[in-house]
Amino acid sequence: MANLEQMVSHISEPGIVIAAYIVAAVLFILCLGGLSGQESAKRAVWYGIAGMAIAVAAAVFTPGVGNLWLIAAMLVIGLILGYIVAVRVQMTEMPQLVAALHSFVGLAAVFIGFNTHFELARLSDFFALMHNPAAAMGNPDLLLQLNQQMEGLTGFAVKLLSKSPAEISILMVETFLGVFIGAVTFTGSVVAFGKLAGKVDGKAKKLPGGHFLNAAAAILSVVLLVVYLQTGAFWALAVMTVLAFFIGYHLIMGIGGADMPVVVSMLNSYSGWAAAAIGFSLGNDLLIVTGALVGSSGAILSYIMCKAMNRSFISVILGGFGGTTGPAMEIEGEQIAIDAEGVAAALNDASSVIIVPGYGMAVAQAQGAVSELTRRLRSRGKEVRFAIHPVAGRLPGHMNVLLAEAKVPYDIVLEMDEINEDFPETDVVIVIGSNDIVNPAAQEDPNSPIAGMPVLEVWKAKQVFVSKRGQGTGYSGIENPLFYKENTRMFYGDAKDSINALLPMIE
Amino acid sequence: MALTPDSARQLGKLGHTCSVVSGAGLKAGISDAAYAEAGVTVYPDAQSLCAEVDVIAKVRPPTSDEVKLFRNGQTLISFIYPAQNSELLEELKARGVTTIAMDMVPRISRAQKMDALSSMANIAGYRAVIEAGNNFGRFFTGQVTAAGKIPPAKVLVVGAGVAGLAAIGTSVSLGAITYAFDVRPEVAEQIESMGAEFVFLEFEQAQDGAATGGYAAPSSPEFREKQLAKFRELAPDMDIVITTALIPGRPAPVLWTTDMVEAMKPGSVIVDLAAERGGNCELTRPDEKIVTDNGVTIVGYTDFPSRMAAQSSMLYANNVRHFIFDLTPGKDGVIVQNMEDDVIRGSTVTHAGDITFPPPPPKVKAIAAAKPKEKPKELTLEEKRAKEAADFRQATRMQVSLLGIGTVLMLLAGYYAPPSFMAHFVVFMLACFVGFQVIWNVSHSLHTPLMAVTNAVSGIIILGAVAQIGSSSWLVAILGAISVLIAAINIGGGFLVTRRMLAMFQKS
Repeated sequence: MANLEQMVSHISEPGIVIAAYIVAAVLFILCLGGLSGQESAKRAVWYGIAGMAIAVAAAVFTPGVGNLWLIAAMLVIGLILGYIVAVRVQMTEMPQLVAALHSFVGLAAVFIGFNTHFELARLSDFFALMHNPAAAMGNPDLLLQLNQQMEGLTGFAVKLLSKSPAEISILMVETFLGVFIGAVTFTGSVVAFGKLAGKVDGKAKKLPGGHFLNAAAAILSVVLLVVYLQTGAFWALAVMTVLAFFIGYHLIMGIGGADMPVVVSMLNSYSGWAAAAIGFSLGNDLLIVTGALVGSSGAILSYIMCKAMNRSFISVILGGFGGTTGPAMEIEGEQIAIDAEGVAAALNDASSVIIVPGYGMAVAQAQGAVSELTRRLRSRGKEVRFAIHPVAGRLPGHMNVLLAEAKVPYDIVLEMDEINEDFPETDVVIVIGSNDIVNPAAQEDPNSPIAGMPVLEVWKAKQVFVSKRGQGTGYSGIENPLFYKENTRMFYGDAKDSINALLPMIE
Repeated sequence: MALTPDSARQLGKLGHTCSVVSGAGLKAGISDAAYAEAGVTVYPDAQSLCAEVDVIAKVRPPTSDEVKLFRNGQTLISFIYPAQNSELLEELKARGVTTIAMDMVPRISRAQKMDALSSMANIAGYRAVIEAGNNFGRFFTGQVTAAGKIPPAKVLVVGAGVAGLAAIGTSVSLGAITYAFDVRPEVAEQIESMGAEFVFLEFEQAQDGAATGGYAAPSSPEFREKQLAKFRELAPDMDIVITTALIPGRPAPVLWTTDMVEAMKPGSVIVDLAAERGGNCELTRPDEKIVTDNGVTIVGYTDFPSRMAAQSSMLYANNVRHFIFDLTPGKDGVIVQNMEDDVIRGSTVTHAGDITFPPPPPKVKAIAAAKPKEKPKELTLEEKRAKEAADFRQATRMQVSLLGIGTVLMLLAGYYAPPSFMAHFVVFMLACFVGFQVIWNVSHSLHTPLMAVTNAVSGIIILGAVAQIGSSSWLVAILGAISVLIAAINIGGGFLVTRRMLAMFQKS
């Protein structure tokens, strides 16, 4: 067995690879940290790219890595595919792209976890030998066979071989966990992609049994973990994978509409944890560090999104809005419609304007028209600003990206906390395709399902115009008293057409 | 004066001709010549005037002698105070005069322009502060001068009706620190809008003042006790106290008792706007200014509007003019006493030989019923500190217990797990902490690029696939190859799309 030790020492990562990993980890941290400002962010992406290039190069040239031509081919194809996707994607399609990319990480985690298992299984004979050398010594044929097999072993397998029995058990737990998280991420992201791309109905749906099915599947997975640890059987891993696929699918099917920002950030977090779990099973610190960074990033984003909706993470995961505690406040008044001339006249008279965009602007692809309107109003010396609610749209920061795409300067795009106090001094507010985030019921009606959710206080402005496709409630199905307020006028129609109709009338 | 040259010109447009008794406008600074210029006929005395005109406008209720000058069918517009002056009503009824009491104009939006009580109260409130300043030996506003620091005066206004609010506004604009109290909690907003601090009284069943047309109603003994206790607490601090508390048709409530006056600093001033109805301060003597033994000046004048005759004449004349406008719907100089009209009906106290007081409740409610509004309790500094300290303690407890649980779990894991695992685990925990610290600083507007870039970065999973792809097992190699492929898509797509997005962000 002396030559095994020799092989292991030969195969373990040399210092230079570790050093490269440290550089890559630092670059990744700088990359995420650089996103604190629009200008530094442009530099930060390059840090990330450099870190990734260093990491991959170091990994590929680690001694003991084989099939280099296959790696090269796959890398090139993958990068080209990624390039094509990234160049073609519309900014309004950002949410579904992000979801799709999450699913890839999940799937990769499942495959890598499986691979670890296969390698482990192939080495079971060696482990038996190492545990009980005396028994094997009595069987020269087997010994010879093993010796031959060992000649064919490469990097990863040799590394596994050097592990102690306790380490092997830990490894099995890590692999199991990695596959589980990866599988949930995969189906969850696929469903989220379908919902965001409009290929699956966006409404929250659950199979009969609801979350008990998920809980049962999770408990069963724990049982399978015990079985897997005892027997090391592949079927336990495979069944668990199927269960995890189901959990991912069912969990995300049960959440919909305005909760999607939380879902996407949650999946983002999961993809990070999956990478970290795989890092544990492979003993790769860079994977662990990067996975943890991505995981905590997603977790914080989910937290921010939940807070913006005044809901707990649990209640979002459980899907839909909870029951109301009493009858909703009755709304008095009526919705009064207005035409483009009326809105244009008010805009011409106004000196300060705030625009509140929502998912409806993304759906109608109205960001270009909105930007043009902003440009015209600003060139006439009016103060125009944008108020962005944290959960506006279907992705954290969705509206910011759309407005940036339409060349709206980012310094007039403000967060809710920055602008909420300015509404009383504002002449005109234009609400474009948002509903719940401007619903005064959140503050006025303690029985409202969204009571306590922080909202943009648009109704305090002198005049509010709501651009909306028609009468009706938003995703949450909650009546919006804003539409009935005295200073509110409804500007019905497709957001893009409506805004375009306004443009020639701004003088 | 109920008529000014200006209002006379306006009335002329309605087809009326105006007359005035000679010398009536002198105190308000209006000469007979000024009236004559505006087309007003000047009569030498009241007798000759009353014989000629159809409508008589006055300020104060007519005396018995004056009533004798009126004739059947004439209209009298004046302050009447019908609740207190029932004998006067009888006399007016006997003369067959239609009497319009300016103090009975209902408090509805439409009638605001004729609301003489508000006009006069506004003047009284302003004048009260001026009188107080006149008798107060110091500045209102605080100053830091080369000669030393001058503390600002502290003014308490009790009762935030029209007069109270006017007093608050004047006092605030003179620079005093102004506090205000009212039994109607719903006026807190108005008080704060004028720049004063509302003295919050914690009491369960605060009454709904809106139901009584915006006037205060008598309060319960318990409430009164609490209120007095609050005043007692405030008294030593206040330099100027202006009381304006009146309840319609009742003597003024006593709110500032003798012991409060005694608790005040020498040189302090109390202006009692309720002096005419007995006064809110126990020591008030109507129409007099007194100085107590401890040097507190108490002003009990009842004629504040008269002390600003020019201003009050202008406002009152306008109120009267607006009323006559309503009485002349045809703008043809013909008075129509439309008893169906809420405002006219409410103000008319005698008509067609009948006493029409008190009027039925108006059809339009004065003020929409106030929504019950909970005002968050203002925390004092100590309470705030205590709360902060408690929060801090709780946060510390929470953090320490979490750390404790975490440490125990760590130790347990360390006891069973092999050292190689623990080495990785240390790296993992540190990375989580770094991640949390770094991500909190990411700006909200960059959340989408953040997700895209973390997506690209999580393509790091390619490292695992690269390590496995060289396996001699074809299955492992194939799965590894697929993993490399999709992770590469992630890396390429993620970084590129992030760059695309960030390039779009631009400053104006």
